[in-house]
Amino acid sequence: MKDIIGKLNKQFESRIRLGIMSVLSVNEAIDFVSLKDLMDTSDGNLASHLNALERNGLIDVKKQFIGRKPNTRYSITPKGNEAFKEHLEYLARLINQQTI
Amino acid sequence: MVIIINFCFTLQYKVLYMEQNQEPIQQLTAIRNLMERSSRFISLSGLSGVSAGVIALLGTLMAFFYLGKEEPFFNIGSYTLLPAQKINQSMWFLLIDAVVVLVLALLSGIYFTTRKARKEGQKVWDHIARRMVINLLIPLMTGGLFCIILLYHRLFLLLAPATLIFYGLALLNASKYTYHEIRVLGLIEILLGLLAGWLTGYGLLFWAMGFGVMHIFYGMMMYFRHEDVKEEECKVNSE
Repeated sequence: MKDIIGKLNKQFESRIRLGIMSVLSVNEAIDFVSLKDLMDTSDGNLASHLNALERNGLIDVKKQFIGRKPNTRYSITPKGNEAFKEHLEYLARLINQQTI
Repeated sequence: MVIIINFCFTLQYKVLYMEQNQEPIQQLTAIRNLMERSSRFISLSGLSGVSAGVIALLGTLMAFFYLGKEEPFFNIGSYTLLPAQKINQSMWFLLIDAVVVLVLALLSGIYFTTRKARKEGQKVWDHIARRMVINLLIPLMTGGLFCIILLYHRLFLLLAPATLIFYGLALLNASKYTYHEIRVLGLIEILLGLLAGWLTGYGLLFWAMGFGVMHIFYGMMMYFRHEDVKEEECKVNSE
């Protein structure tokens, strides 16, 4: 019983972080504004979560300019993909355990 | 990527039948919802398909009655045998008819889709809508230009098959970013186009089938699958 659940990824405890990873796992890359619309949160909040995920190497950030407007695009890293998959499997085990 | 989505869906179905622990279940629901909303254009309304189909049928009927004066059947191909002046006359009529149908169908499509998005509190023009439209337009524009080339060379015979085939390819391409039904509809349009290329002379009939009947059929199917249900769910929730 003790270790079948495995480790809970502390990274994904926050709703926003989990949301960011969900979106990035099915999109090649996405810009800040689209991400904000999807997550329905404030600029500052989203930015700080994105920074944390980037620091941990789970997501990749590319800054560029479209005309004069800065445009930041985010994508998932292989490490991030792995961590997200593990988290999903963790949730699956948690649920399966309850059904037995 | 697809594996992850499928994985999520299976989990969610499992989850539907038990309510012990809400926490992981809510997480999965949120994950699934975000994955779907961010990778698929789900505001596309089935009603826009129905209205586009009805408009297309009316347009085809108009062309049929116009051509019917001289040609008792759907045989656009035999127009190449008519005097040059006649060809030009009917070509202009058909071209204007086609453009009017296209514009009206697009406008009605945009109307119903915007309405659906607003009802669900979603943005219509987001990154995924943009991606879908770009992927739709590349084969569609190629097809449009190719049809102009056909008109230029007076190859009227191939007009109906070309429009249907390119439209089908455009739908197939756009379907990656929206409902699965669009993919099937695209395949059917391609099939109809190939058939129309084989059975030349029945262009109008195939147009009526492909742009009219199929749009109405698939529009209704999408409406009953994705929209009707949601309205019921909303009612249940509000009670």
